[in-house]
Amino acid sequence: MNKLELQKTANEIRKSIITSVHSAKAGHPGGSLSATEVFTYLYFEEMNIDPKDPKKADRDRFVLSKGHTAPGLYATLAERGFFPKEDLPTLRHIGSHLQGHPCMQHTPGLDMSSGSLGQGISAAVGMALAGKIDHADYRVYTLLGDGEIQEGQVWEASMFAGHKNLDNLVVIVDNNGLQIDGNIADVCSPYPIDKKFEAFNFHVINVDDAHDFDKLKAAFDEAREIKGMPTAIIVKSVKGKGVSFMENNAGWHGKAPNDEEYAIAMAELEKAGEALCQM
Amino acid sequence: MSDVKKVATRDSYGQALKELGAENPQVIVFDADLAGATKTGVFKKEYPDRFFDCGIAEGNMMGIAAGAATIGKIPFVSSFAMFAAGRAFEQVRNSIGYTHLNVKIGATHAGISVGEDGATHQCNEDIALMRTIPGMVVINPCDDVEARAAVKAAAAYMGPVYLRFGRLAVPVVNDEATYKFQIGKGVTLREGKDVTIIATGLCVNSALEAAEKLAADGISAKVINIHTIKPLDEELVVAAAKETGKVVTVEEHSVIGGLGSAVCEVLSEKAPTPVLRIGVQDTFGESGPAVKLLEKYKLDGNGVYEQVKGWL
Repeated sequence: MNKLELQKTANEIRKSIITSVHSAKAGHPGGSLSATEVFTYLYFEEMNIDPKDPKKADRDRFVLSKGHTAPGLYATLAERGFFPKEDLPTLRHIGSHLQGHPCMQHTPGLDMSSGSLGQGISAAVGMALAGKIDHADYRVYTLLGDGEIQEGQVWEASMFAGHKNLDNLVVIVDNNGLQIDGNIADVCSPYPIDKKFEAFNFHVINVDDAHDFDKLKAAFDEAREIKGMPTAIIVKSVKGKGVSFMENNAGWHGKAPNDEEYAIAMAELEKAGEALCQM
Repeated sequence: MSDVKKVATRDSYGQALKELGAENPQVIVFDADLAGATKTGVFKKEYPDRFFDCGIAEGNMMGIAAGAATIGKIPFVSSFAMFAAGRAFEQVRNSIGYTHLNVKIGATHAGISVGEDGATHQCNEDIALMRTIPGMVVINPCDDVEARAAVKAAAAYMGPVYLRFGRLAVPVVNDEATYKFQIGKGVTLREGKDVTIIATGLCVNSALEAAEKLAADGISAKVINIHTIKPLDEELVVAAAKETGKVVTVEEHSVIGGLGSAVCEVLSEKAPTPVLRIGVQDTFGESGPAVKLLEKYKLDGNGVYEQVKGWL
């Protein structure tokens, strides 16, 4: 996909996020929207995956360690064809395969259940380790929230990954700067994030705009070239990106838009989509 | 009894892992800086490429094992019961239990027979914790023969298993030549008509000794070894309760949430029967030689005998 196609795809995914969370009357739009370009790039460019064969042995793996942003991942998987987009409004409904947090048994394309923060990265490390044992070529990607890295387990996992030189592992930190209780720097600052990962023997790449596909491509391309150590890509993002009233507002971490807000959000995204079509 | 062979079930675990390593290349072993004590070091020595020390980070170890299991590995993760079931409970629950991944948790140093290390390291709550996780198999072998068989059975079973082992060398009560282990199937070791003593782990031997003493007093005690606390052999428990009318449970674990609770849950619904729960009575342990502690907490043969006799 070229950049414009990726941008259009991301915009469609944003619409799906808003639609599913609105339908669920609950969920986490803020961190789903901040990571939309990352999701899009991984599933439409970076990863070796096949929606028709979601469990193929040599596929790249993805673990959504910040599992509460499942709406973003679900919207991406549906957009990529792992399951019908019609399933998305069933998010968080009884009987739906789209659980509030990812459940690997139910949803096609999910490599791990997650949602309890700090645990997904450990599972990703285990997948990368198994790949090394088997001399397999697959790569493992995991997306963490910047609030999530307050969990000690993140650093236990990072210590092990650095120690074992897991260069098939890419840890992405979605640095949108906000967590439920407010600004991460005010709640319990995890900064400097890059220096912390460096200290744990990671190759670190800072991306100053998580919504710029050129910059994401450069970062993921660089990560592929790194041998002998895992890579951490820290992407500076805007929480709630794409919906004006959700942007940089911690209040939209875990709240669904009401009907009126939904209409405004969708109108904004429709307009953004039209603008992309005219490019 | 001095000539009875004694083996700590943690040693059985190490031996069985080593044998499994030869049988199945997918078996990998994790430890958290306790390989010498948990005996996973025996596996490490033979298969260093399939052994991974995670350092003192049990929660992470559980997650790594879960991730490796998604790729088709059969991970055995080890630490003391306190840290495997206690500290890492939520990781076991969410990364291994909820996902129903094929991870085997080999927890050693369970119960007060840890001895001198004292209460911080004596886990009397692990069976209770692990039993609450949907789909988790919980096995507490009574001796060397059963422990090695349980490890093999756990490896052959698809899904999460919690295996509980001890530090203290305990008498071998089973005959290797004839012993058959089946997950979820209790074993009747002695027939009796006045009372049924249902025991697990090292308390199986205590129950057998108690039954011998009770026999001398004219009391006929049936003894059942429940090695699998979950899924519990309900059929055997209910039949024995109906047969003898009285049930005693014996475990080196809190009477809250362990074997005693599991038996009471079944009997209260299917065959209400008076039950005496022998175990650690809602208290923490303490430092001391393991054998002396078992005496003090009345979990040795004599302690069980006195409590059963006093109750009947």
